[in-house]
Amino acid sequence: MPKLTVNDVEVEVEDGSTVLHACEAAGVEIPRFCYHDRLSIAGNCRMCLVDMERAPKPIAACAMPAGDGMVIRTDTDRVKKAREGVMEFLLINHPLDCPICDQGGECDLQDQAMGYGLDGSRFAENKRAVDNKHMGPLISTVMTRCIHCTRCVRFATEVAGVPELGAIGRGETMEITTYLEKTLASELSANVIDLCPVGALTSRPYAFTARPWELNKVETIDVMDALGSNIRVDARGAQVMRVLPRLNEDINEEWISDKTRYAIDGLRRQRLDKPYARGQNGRLHPVSWDEALKIVATALRKAKPNKIAAIAGNQVDVEAMYALKSLMTRLGSPNIDCRQDGAKIGGKRAGYLFNSTIAGIDDADAVLMIGSNPRIEAAVLNARIRRNWLASRLPIAVVGPKVDLTYNTEFLGENPAILGSLADGSHKFAAKLKKAKRPMIIIGMGALARADGAAILGKARQIAEACGVVTKEWNGFNVLHNAAARVGGLDLGFVPGRGGMDVAEMAKAAKAGKLDLVWLLGADELDFEPFAASFVIYQGHHGDKGAHHADLVLPGAAYTEKDGIYVNTEGRVQYASRAAFPPGDAREDWTIIRAVSGAVGKSIGFDTLAELREALCTEFPHFADADEIVPPKWTTFGGRAKLSAEPVGQAFDNFYMTCAISRASETMADCVRASAADSGAAVAAE
Amino acid sequence: MSIEARIASDQPDSFAFSKENEAEIKRILAKYPKGRQASAVMPLLDLAQRQHDNWIPMKAIELIAKKLDMAEIRVLEVATFYTMFNLKPVGKYFLQACTTTPCWLRGSDEMMRAIKDRYQISSGETSACGKFSLLEVECLGACVNAPILQVNDDFYEDLDYQSTGALLDSLEADAPLPVGSVLGRSGSEATTGATTLAAVKPKPAASGATKKRSQANA
Repeated sequence: MPKLTVNDVEVEVEDGSTVLHACEAAGVEIPRFCYHDRLSIAGNCRMCLVDMERAPKPIAACAMPAGDGMVIRTDTDRVKKAREGVMEFLLINHPLDCPICDQGGECDLQDQAMGYGLDGSRFAENKRAVDNKHMGPLISTVMTRCIHCTRCVRFATEVAGVPELGAIGRGETMEITTYLEKTLASELSANVIDLCPVGALTSRPYAFTARPWELNKVETIDVMDALGSNIRVDARGAQVMRVLPRLNEDINEEWISDKTRYAIDGLRRQRLDKPYARGQNGRLHPVSWDEALKIVATALRKAKPNKIAAIAGNQVDVEAMYALKSLMTRLGSPNIDCRQDGAKIGGKRAGYLFNSTIAGIDDADAVLMIGSNPRIEAAVLNARIRRNWLASRLPIAVVGPKVDLTYNTEFLGENPAILGSLADGSHKFAAKLKKAKRPMIIIGMGALARADGAAILGKARQIAEACGVVTKEWNGFNVLHNAAARVGGLDLGFVPGRGGMDVAEMAKAAKAGKLDLVWLLGADELDFEPFAASFVIYQGHHGDKGAHHADLVLPGAAYTEKDGIYVNTEGRVQYASRAAFPPGDAREDWTIIRAVSGAVGKSIGFDTLAELREALCTEFPHFADADEIVPPKWTTFGGRAKLSAEPVGQAFDNFYMTCAISRASETMADCVRASAADSGAAVAAE
Repeated sequence: MSIEARIASDQPDSFAFSKENEAEIKRILAKYPKGRQASAVMPLLDLAQRQHDNWIPMKAIELIAKKLDMAEIRVLEVATFYTMFNLKPVGKYFLQACTTTPCWLRGSDEMMRAIKDRYQISSGETSACGKFSLLEVECLGACVNAPILQVNDDFYEDLDYQSTGALLDSLEADAPLPVGSVLGRSGSEATTGATTLAAVKPKPAASGATKKRSQANA
């Protein structure tokens, strides 16, 4: 470990560190544009110049490996002058349009010009102008502002795995562009907006809508997939203006998917802002809360307890599910289910968690994927697998859909029977798993949300046990969820109780006329046909499929509008916070259930969120441990039934539209159109 | 200058390497270790350009990307970085005029004026007759015989207004002057003749004897 001196402070840094790291360790901030912690080193902006003893001229701190005994100075006149020179050159061709630039107020160039900029320009010639590039519906470009740091190029190539961005030309004619100006075909594309140190790449949907200093910033949790990415929601009044990633090394590092970032315009459309009831004419008409509660109470009293059912959707918070479960218990119904896709999971925690943790992917040295397409089911997690693959070229095999995951995979086939040959060791990839020190199995809903899901889960467990996926210090058995609410729901037992029905059985019973009432808590991804004869209560925030089939609509709050607990796919409990208020008469979900419980005279025992959480944490203590992962005990789970020959697929095909919010989002619709147009053009060209 | 402005608006529908060039590609690729075949991008671009009338169509870029397992944009980056690669059609005689300091001091302005007077073209343009394209380039590395005009693959040296005109005359007649110094000096020896080893009789001058590659290419 090299020891060096930075401004008379002695620091010791890890092997392989750069002078820039050493300066940061010594508490000295180094200005930079091209350098980024998570990208390869380019060394082309020259802003990080520092003085090194015995060096004839200043050195670029980002590209100079830290050596033992180096003496670095960052506070000399020469350093200041050198950086001022760099800044002057950068500003030669940079337009002075900060007042109309969306980056204004959060711009690296603007900030660093405060420290190193001159007060005037010595450049009398014309500035250059660059044509703007088309980069799809998410990224707005003003390429004249580009300072050619190439962060976006490196991100697309290294992290996103879509080498479509590049710098063409040279010198003064250098330009950043995609090949023939195609849309960047990545689920992580909009991260280049955060990476861009100037206003060259800015957010298109957010363009000219707000200034950073007038936004109310709330740190919370994303629910668009089951990763629980840490986000910051910026709101102005009741409106959510944008979503930005928040650093969490263990989950999303500093990336988020395009859906997480841009589905939020769906929060403004198709909202349920008052209760609705279906009238005599078969149409939904607005009613007051009092009327709505009366209707629910009557319907619940009329229904037989064992003919009442509740289904929780994919984005529901733990509190709402806990409240609804409590109410159903008080009503005497065991018919509850949080797996609207019919996934055959539940019970022992080890059987439905991403046990290795997301950060554990970095340590894996062999991966077997079963019925999962992490690129669209958990885009940020996929980037982590890719990073490991880039560094170690670990073997990755796929049983399931044959898709481009941005890294090389060994496609074993789609037939579930392959799992049998992996479990008994006759398949040649089983040897690779056995040889690996930290092998990993990732099993997705494409394999579990089917009739023989339990048997597949059981087979996967057998593979895990046979191939050494689970050892004393390593558990590489991973279930990859795609619903943010799922793990929370399973944790608190939002599954059929003794003699209760699951979703498939409910549908069957409803079809036979044996289900009086079904309560859909944000459940939209269902087949509603069988429930036509039952009284359907839909509680949620969007007028999506669920509300269309409801007899009574209770308007709830979306994830940005309530404090809630979510548990991500690794079993990490995270507390989300409210960034804005729900629209109109909509209420936080647990309060609606509390009100209903009062109306039917079956109190569920809590009147405030604090009381609810206290009851929840008494019953399930781990909900109190925010951001902690308790490794579950390895046990037996899964079924032993025969596997069907039906090919293993993926959970869904369309990345951009998976929930009520993203289906209501115009930006997501634009993305679907753009990707269809680009793939259509590619087909036409071939 | 966007991509559209850099490439030809009229692109061919397909591109394939000739049989001889395919064999040549095999020979070139054999030079690089496995997994490093991307290093062959410049020789392959050059082959494509020579095969395709001295300019590279986008289909060739896509083909090379496929052959070398590179992203298309990476090949385009290289092709746009070097002025030696033409992405638009050029005339039969592609004139690359060096105007960097030594050539400029030795009168490259006069050389440029001679071309401009005759064809009314400036850098990046093609003459009305379609036979001549002019490009102003940076140092061609032959400063001792400045100023230099590169015609396709050949250097013409020591040019002034008059001799540039004579050179263009010969090109128009498709009977190019011998390559090298128009003053007839051997290599880069002094214009006044050899000053050392005067007693040793030099072998016949190299200039004029070199193979006329420009014609072979044209």
